[in-house]
Amino acid sequence: MFLLASPTTSHSIPTKTLIQDLSLSFSLSPHYSSLRPKSLDFKKKMKQLSTKVTSNGHGQDSSYFLGWEEYEKNPYDEIKNPNGMIQMGLAENQLCFDLIESWLAKNPDAASLKRNGQSIFRELALFQDYHGMPEFKKAMAEFMEEIRGNRVTFDPKKIVLAAGSTSANETLMFCLAEPGDAFLLPTPYYPGFDRDLKWRTGAEIVPIHCSSSNGFQITESALQQAYQQAQKLDLKVKGVLVTNPSNPLGTALTRRELNLLVDFITSKNIHLISDEIYSGTMFGFEQFISVMDVLKDKKLENTDVSKRVHVVYSLSKDLGLPGFRVGAIYSNDEMIVSAATKMSSFGLVSSQTQYLLSALLSDKKFTSQYLEENQKRLKSRQKRLVSGLESAGITCLRSNAGLFCWVDMRHLLDTNTFEAELDLWKKIVYNVKLNISPGSSCHCTEPGWFRVCFANMSEDTLDLALKRLKTFVESTDCGRMISRSSHERLKSLRKKTVSNWVFRVSWSDRVPDER
Amino acid sequence: MELLSRKATCNSHGQDSSYFLGWEEYEKNPYDVIKNPHGIIQMGLAENQLCFDLLESWLAQNPDAACFKRDGQSIFRELALFQDYHGLSSFKNALSDFMSENRGYRVSFDSNNLVLTAGATSANETLMFCLADPGDAFLLPTPYYPGFDRDLKWRTGVEIVPIHCSSTNGFRITKLALEEAHAQAKKLNLNVKGVLITNPSNPLGTTTTQTELDILLEFISTNKNMHLVSDEIYSGTAFSSSEFISVMEVLKNNQLEDTDVFNRVHIVYSLSKDLGLPGFRVGAVYSNDKDVVSAATKMSSFGLVSSQTQYLLSSLLSDKKFTKKYLRENQKRLKNRQRKLVSGLEAMGIGSLKSNAGLFCWVDMRHLLSSKTFEAEMDLWKKIVYEVKLNISPGSSCHCEEPGWFRVCFANMSEETLKLALKRLKKFVDDGNSVKSCQITESQKLKSSRKKTMTTVSNWVFRLSFQDREAEER
Repeated sequence: MFLLASPTTSHSIPTKTLIQDLSLSFSLSPHYSSLRPKSLDFKKKMKQLSTKVTSNGHGQDSSYFLGWEEYEKNPYDEIKNPNGMIQMGLAENQLCFDLIESWLAKNPDAASLKRNGQSIFRELALFQDYHGMPEFKKAMAEFMEEIRGNRVTFDPKKIVLAAGSTSANETLMFCLAEPGDAFLLPTPYYPGFDRDLKWRTGAEIVPIHCSSSNGFQITESALQQAYQQAQKLDLKVKGVLVTNPSNPLGTALTRRELNLLVDFITSKNIHLISDEIYSGTMFGFEQFISVMDVLKDKKLENTDVSKRVHVVYSLSKDLGLPGFRVGAIYSNDEMIVSAATKMSSFGLVSSQTQYLLSALLSDKKFTSQYLEENQKRLKSRQKRLVSGLESAGITCLRSNAGLFCWVDMRHLLDTNTFEAELDLWKKIVYNVKLNISPGSSCHCTEPGWFRVCFANMSEDTLDLALKRLKTFVESTDCGRMISRSSHERLKSLRKKTVSNWVFRVSWSDRVPDER
Repeated sequence: MELLSRKATCNSHGQDSSYFLGWEEYEKNPYDVIKNPHGIIQMGLAENQLCFDLLESWLAQNPDAACFKRDGQSIFRELALFQDYHGLSSFKNALSDFMSENRGYRVSFDSNNLVLTAGATSANETLMFCLADPGDAFLLPTPYYPGFDRDLKWRTGVEIVPIHCSSTNGFRITKLALEEAHAQAKKLNLNVKGVLITNPSNPLGTTTTQTELDILLEFISTNKNMHLVSDEIYSGTAFSSSEFISVMEVLKNNQLEDTDVFNRVHIVYSLSKDLGLPGFRVGAVYSNDKDVVSAATKMSSFGLVSSQTQYLLSSLLSDKKFTKKYLRENQKRLKNRQRKLVSGLEAMGIGSLKSNAGLFCWVDMRHLLSSKTFEAEMDLWKKIVYEVKLNISPGSSCHCEEPGWFRVCFANMSEETLKLALKRLKKFVDDGNSVKSCQITESQKLKSSRKKTMTTVSNWVFRLSFQDREAEER
């Protein structure tokens, strides 16, 4: 089995310089092959398969795999396995299925491939037009408008459908960047970007360092530093990519940050991609501000700049439908829309699914009720997690969106290092039996932060998770002793049974599912 | 600095903007038996519309499958959340079995070696990403499906080097042609990673012979770093299962299962042609190489099959009574329909390559060319589009080396429409002489209208617009 040219999620070395960071991100095969056993088999495979397949994911710590493996071996079930591991590393929205199910029950035609009682099976079976179903794109455009309080308009003709935002993001990279070009991304960011944006496209990611000192907000100096660093590395910067609201922070970008970004791309003549996949999960008092709002407010619509701003969307988080593979690119640049449309051939949305969702999203009564209820439930659930954590003496970044909280466990670290973060994570996985995501997997530059999901489980399960965590924190001294021996146990176990690379492959086997 | 990538701004290579005209004309003036009986009949779309009644009747008898229910219970949540790139195991099992059934159960497929993708378009591209680096080449026998120029090359940077096949032997792949292609690639300094064939062939409509498969396997046995990709998307359209020989069968029969070659043969499949479901985006890569399966699985993240669709089709394909009846009936109707086209063409003195599969015939109109050139082929094609009002695919679009061949589809229309198309074509052939004089003014007309449009929009707009259509057609 060979590794993929994929993600870098490990930072077990305490002080990371940007260059080290970057070299780990690049698929430097000469560097890596010196570390690999030069078996005959491997050499043969190197010649037979592409470098995309045979090069390694760099610096990936095999420990991450453990969390997932432990969960799979021992998943929590309220009745069958009440002491099992609770999955808090999966950003799924399971809070509003009842609303969708009830709509489906009242509107059976949509799933049964019927329109007004008549079968349209043939029409759908044959529909493979990469321009997408017009009714569906119209419904998507209107839904996106509704999420933004109808303050901005989206032209359905500028929407390109894709098989999930995974596909949308990769397609945009293919359209905007040559192999070796770079995009700047604020840290911490979604681990999947390392694969989605870089793997097959050959594009590079240069981090924009954000720190807890200002709530991880993007600053002008951080932007400039990232840009200069890219130049030092001889990388042509093609643009900036942000996730708004942010994964893993759970915060929506402020107007100040958005203005900063728009000004920045204007002055540098580069692109801005705003992945707004979580736009419908905004539950704070503030309204969600989209980059489209900012373009409008700055009167930049129909200018060159507006042609360099692109939005990515998906129904995987807002509607909780990751299985249906519905994503979209929105761009004001005709050439990009045209190229992306053709590229969407490689990941079209099933016509069966387009039809179902066009019916669902065209029902304005439903969408308005859904968005309101979704926000309400997410807010309530987030509050529950935040207060539960607080009662255990754990704070998190004040969030107003998303399906997770960015939790501050720095005070629980033995030392202010990524090794300590990993140790704490293992304790939480093995002793507390919660699978949460360590900040280093999101390229966070400060150890001790964790992403904890709250919308993929029942309220009772969340309460149980909090109870376990509280117990753990309160018994911190005992916790430390137990963890040391279990840590020892883990080390020796790992050495005996399987080689290091098996872990990495299995880990990368999991990463893409999770966002 | 370039704002967009070269991939976004590049032109399709060597694509003649005239092809666009056929599609545009059809869109402007599509045939409709009631509303537009003089419109253009679409014969350039390889769709299978002959067995929808069987699918519809199954759906009516099995409503749960489309409505997210299993044994009457809703499994909506489970499906809504299911995004595992390993795919729904019930679906992969059913699909593996269906593939086996398609091959008369002469070979079996392990669902663990199957990777689901959004259509064969995605499967083929993914395989290229797994097997080749930018600048590497794959050898393809001509004529081949025009979409391969985009699917295999565009984002992957892989090159295609043609294996020249000629009508002198029914366009069969010969050892000589294969070696010549290999030599040509070497001359061009291209590292050949393998051969890709479509079996049964698009646009020929013929199944690959045992001899050809032996030649291909011998080739990759000798060249130890090469792969053989067999796109078997039309496997279920072979009029008789026994005539279709999958490369997997040859490997089995030659007892090559434990050899190195076994790991370098990969199959692509899809439900777009056999089941007539191109809209549902269901494709697959099948490989005996664990690394390829593993890499392709991860790459499938970029084009997963909707869980809603996986579930519906797992129910459908698990119904063995249905699949048996469907495959048999599908073959029967396709054979029958092909016969009608072939005999209709024969009646007007037009021959076609003897075919035993596919949704189209490879029609020989060389004798209707004014000269043995591709220009003459284009002229003939335009006449057929504008005067006969049939949209068929000229051989040059499939990289055929001999002018005068056309791919004509027969399974995407009703029997009456086919009859009408044949009637029109017969009239055109019979009026041979009078048409020649009209031809001059028509082509002059076309030339001037093209000149006009050429000045308004740049060349690449045409190509992009043409490409706007190509991608849908297979």
